[in-house]
Amino acid sequence: MVQSIFKRILQTLIVLFGVALLIFLLLRIVPGNAIVTMMGEHADADTIARMTSELGLDQPIYVQFWKYISGAVRGDFGTSYAVGKSVSSLMAAAFPHTLILALAAAVFAWILGIICGVIAAVKKNGFLDHLFMGVSLIGVSLPVFMAAMVLQYLLAYKLHWFPISGVDSWKGYVLPAIALGWNSAGSIARLTRSTLLEVLQEDYIDTARAKGLRRFGVITRHALKNAMLPVITMMAVQLSSLLSGAVICETVFSVNGLGRLAVQAISGRDIPLLEGTVLFSTALVILGNLIADCLYTVLDPRIRKGA
Amino acid sequence: MKFKNREKEISDAHEARLESELGEVETFGGSLRRMCRENRLALVSAIIIGLFILAAVFAPLLTPYTYEEQDVLSRLAAPSWKHIFGTDEAGRDVFTRMLYGSRVSLMVGLVPTAVSMLFGAALGIIAGYVGGRTDSVIMRVADVMLAFPSMLLAMVIMYTLGEGIINIFIALALVNWASVARIVRAETLKLRETEYVESARVSGVRRGRVMLRHIFPNCIPDIIVLFTLNIPSAILSESSLSFLGIGIRPPQASWGLMVNVGRQYLYTQPWLSLIPGAAIMIIVLAFNFLGDGLRDVLDPHLKNQ
Repeated sequence: MVQSIFKRILQTLIVLFGVALLIFLLLRIVPGNAIVTMMGEHADADTIARMTSELGLDQPIYVQFWKYISGAVRGDFGTSYAVGKSVSSLMAAAFPHTLILALAAAVFAWILGIICGVIAAVKKNGFLDHLFMGVSLIGVSLPVFMAAMVLQYLLAYKLHWFPISGVDSWKGYVLPAIALGWNSAGSIARLTRSTLLEVLQEDYIDTARAKGLRRFGVITRHALKNAMLPVITMMAVQLSSLLSGAVICETVFSVNGLGRLAVQAISGRDIPLLEGTVLFSTALVILGNLIADCLYTVLDPRIRKGA
Repeated sequence: MKFKNREKEISDAHEARLESELGEVETFGGSLRRMCRENRLALVSAIIIGLFILAAVFAPLLTPYTYEEQDVLSRLAAPSWKHIFGTDEAGRDVFTRMLYGSRVSLMVGLVPTAVSMLFGAALGIIAGYVGGRTDSVIMRVADVMLAFPSMLLAMVIMYTLGEGIINIFIALALVNWASVARIVRAETLKLRETEYVESARVSGVRRGRVMLRHIFPNCIPDIIVLFTLNIPSAILSESSLSFLGIGIRPPQASWGLMVNVGRQYLYTQPWLSLIPGAAIMIIVLAFNFLGDGLRDVLDPHLKNQ
């Protein structure tokens, strides 16, 4: 087990390096002169030359790459062109917002998804099953920005239950978290239902029932435990879509998180900031997947025993 | 006599089993007909998609306006007979822009998805069949692509390339090929061990030909299902990019862009953003239902992947 986890960590490092390289290639090499795009077509030659050497863009590519990668390892992503502050300080300020938002969305999605999935599986082909599965499919198909805007319109603007935007209090996180978690809740519900239905066919479930356990106990203690394994994998996969969705959610609700920072970096043509936010967010996703994999190894005795 | 009966019973059972095994051998058209018969939702979805395609193709015939024609005197007008979905902030007819926007959504659903299918399937088959170093190089690159939150990768590519529909095609194709490659590779690994592939190999058929004639045709059901299921996510990606202002270049009409512009008028003219938003949802839902239906008739084992 330790060996497989070690191998997995090594793979993760390779992927991380690949991610950093790809971002570097996309942002530094392809677009020609970054300074001209940044300063506009009308900047005079002197300014362009000064900025180029100031940012180290006149150095050979491999020197730039070394600077970029060694900086990233130390947590130094350079200075934002547009704001003038260090990228890492901007990200440090933004990260907690995204973290709270993503966690709240994930908790919302897991609780709602698992409960609805379990009820749908237990009441298979019943009214609640059809209702939940119908709603979950709408959840999967609803663009994040639509969910966000509809919630904003109904619950914030019409009913005044929550603030329209901003996160001055915990209330500000409620709507963005629901909008963001909605998609994931749908797919978790569908997956929980299908895996639970499979598990409920197993013989050991009959055994548990036969020895007199109540239905509720069988489902929570015996069936769910096994049905949760694929769901855990899916949760890890969804980390990535949560961060993708956070970009939109943060924009709609004016939450100053990593996603909004990335959008601002694009509109401000701020390459270091864009590099930093994308690299950091992707690293988070990779790390989350690594943790989920290790968790999976620990949770599933079949893998743990190396079968 | 009793013995005879028993014999017949056995041969009947055998025939029935053979039939159920041969049930796999169904023509593509047959599968489609079965889906339409058994799955009403998929049928309705196919009809809805057909209507959207008709609207996109015949857009100029369905409306007296063009998508950038401005009626300055009636800006932000509520829905009326003259403008059934009202007008936007520049006095353009929203219904017309919806029609032209469906062109963007459908093209973005089809073109980059088809391209990523082609490349993803080719790379997946090569990786799975050739194996060795080729396999690990292709799959490591795919791992890197899959590690990104897709939205962020698409944003970086759009930043580099600039706005516009062709660039959206490129960005989404680049983002999506990796997951296709991974699934097709898994299928290829399975097919590589089958007897007919082995016998083709043993009888000296060249590698390229084995991949093209023996492996690829057997991946087609997977590819069709993946294709239909990837269309809605491509449509959602485009609308999200356009919503953030890094997708379609205005004044071209895209539903995501319309939602973004309409967002400023959410409280006074909610239809400006809600109508295109609902359209995105309907078309994505329809493609999802159709994809599910196709998967059930073509490729039931994909269900849990």
